[in-house]
Amino acid sequence: MPFQASIHLGAVDWAILGIYFAFVIGIGWMLKRGMKSSNDFFMSGRNIPAWISGLAFLSANLGAQEVMGMAASGAKYGMMTAHFYWVGAVPAMVFVGVFMMPFYYGSKARSVPEYLKLRYDEKTRTFNAFSFAVMTIFSSGISMYAMAKLLNLLLGWNFDVSLWASAAIVLAYVFLGGLRSAIYNEVIQFFLIVLGFAPLVFLGLRDAGGWSGLVQRLDIVATSSHNLAGQAYAPGAWVSTWGHMGTPASNPMGVEWFGMVMGLGFVLSFGYWCTDFLVVQRAMVAENETSARKVPLIAAVPKMLFPFLVILPGMIAIALTFKSGQSGFALPVKGNAYDYDMTIPLMLKQYFPTGLLGLGLTALMASFMSGMAGNVTAFNTVWTYDIYQSHIAKNKSDEHYLWMGRMATVFGTALSILTAYMAMHFNNIMDMLQLVFAFVNAPLFATFLLGMFWKRTTGHGAFFGLMSGTIAAAIHHGLTSPVGAESLFKGGWLGPILHTYPSEMAQNFWTAIWSWTTCFAVTIIISLLTRRTKTDDELRGLVYSLTTRHPEGHLPWYQRPIYLGAVILVAVTVLNLIFA
Amino acid sequence: MQLDLRLPIGILFSLFGVILIATGLLSSPAAYAQSLGINMNLWWGLVMLVFGVVMFAFAMRGRAKPQ
Repeated sequence: MPFQASIHLGAVDWAILGIYFAFVIGIGWMLKRGMKSSNDFFMSGRNIPAWISGLAFLSANLGAQEVMGMAASGAKYGMMTAHFYWVGAVPAMVFVGVFMMPFYYGSKARSVPEYLKLRYDEKTRTFNAFSFAVMTIFSSGISMYAMAKLLNLLLGWNFDVSLWASAAIVLAYVFLGGLRSAIYNEVIQFFLIVLGFAPLVFLGLRDAGGWSGLVQRLDIVATSSHNLAGQAYAPGAWVSTWGHMGTPASNPMGVEWFGMVMGLGFVLSFGYWCTDFLVVQRAMVAENETSARKVPLIAAVPKMLFPFLVILPGMIAIALTFKSGQSGFALPVKGNAYDYDMTIPLMLKQYFPTGLLGLGLTALMASFMSGMAGNVTAFNTVWTYDIYQSHIAKNKSDEHYLWMGRMATVFGTALSILTAYMAMHFNNIMDMLQLVFAFVNAPLFATFLLGMFWKRTTGHGAFFGLMSGTIAAAIHHGLTSPVGAESLFKGGWLGPILHTYPSEMAQNFWTAIWSWTTCFAVTIIISLLTRRTKTDDELRGLVYSLTTRHPEGHLPWYQRPIYLGAVILVAVTVLNLIFA
Repeated sequence: MQLDLRLPIGILFSLFGVILIATGLLSSPAAYAQSLGINMNLWWGLVMLVFGVVMFAFAMRGRAKPQ
């Protein structure tokens, strides 16, 4: 029997939730006056201070699926999950801040697809704009679905009411205040998530007997043959990041160091943080180029510490399940595995008294809504600039595009609601779509890397490179399979299975590696075979060798992106070494 | 003049802090068995209040000397 509705909210909890929602709408309302042009609505007037954009950059990615998913992975794989942060996200954020922002910001593009149009051609932009627009709708729909399902399960709230109410709140504050409102709310959500989940880590760690108690309990998890992976590992497998990465068989993630560093670290993380408009949009609206470059760097600092907030609870939960503490907390069993996805909600229920519980739930709901709002603002911008303005209605007045942005917010939200119901009724369609998006996204980073650093790359090269990268991802996925795959969505749908990976994660990493490499190679070959369509002059500000760098020498070192980036990389290396 | 974000953050978290502190002071110790015997409402309410007041103070200082 999976976990059932059993959290009862007191009056204080309701008050906290109510106050939060009043603030969310209130901020949208107060910002409404400033929304006079499409520039205000989509780009928030390009005058947001770097610390605000930085926290929003982080928070837009901090949806609840991320928070709950990382806790689940913390339980399943232990400390190795931190690779998503310390090898994946942080280095990628430094790269986008130091090397890529000058081109995004300097090109005056209003979106990532628009950069592709300026750098390459219309077809490459349109391909990216369409796949991105559809993807944002689906992500926000899935986020709504997950939230409504969770509220139904935890609090016994009606599914439909939860779904429509959360959609209405997000719609209201984005409709009123545009991107600025979304960004301001994301910053509040960031503080809520940190302040709402920190006591959970504190109480959980105390229950497990502090860090040493946790390590000792996790050694029991690692060495018992009836652990989650159904196989015993060396003690320490759950508390070290690098120590057991020599072969896939020696760690619970089933990945060796090369697949992890290349697949997760290089291809997937750089692909996401450097090319996904959802996050890049937050840096593109900074007040000047130096601030735009600082946005991802500012975000990287808290990101580095997030494993302690989101992964640690999962590790604590599994440790207490194998050897209980004072509270008797344990993860429930679902089917023949533990119900990892419920780690965070269950721990909230276990440790938080009325009052703090309201805060924890507010933080959880805030993280769902930041995920939704981020997608909605990215969607309305890409729809209005890259699809509507460039294909449907060119040369209209600015008021017209502002109006269209608001309309796009409304129908984007409506489509997300539709998607949420689709997710409820047709699970298979959603699995398939997510797979397709993964194929489309995997090669993107190669296209940007070549575009920004090699002026010879042509539009045809980029377009056909992207296509072949996507196809390569699909073929690799179709010919391989993770151990124990029971559905064709997990791979092997092309018939013969040429290779079996020890885990789904290993398969994903290698799909990304194949896809990226194919895109990289095909883009170079086709570029060399085709004629350049853009002159050096047209590529000024878009390509590294043709861009004059902004002098930053007059700034003190701690204001200069290159030094900030270096400091962050040193810090993240130290973290990797401490927890190796 | 655009809204200074530190102001709503300051107000919101101070308010949450005050609510949690009040809950912590008024509730019976038995309510804290689940939080390992620690009155988390009281202590965490204090942390939130301090954070809220600091944000609020920054917002006020920003208002005193506009750029």
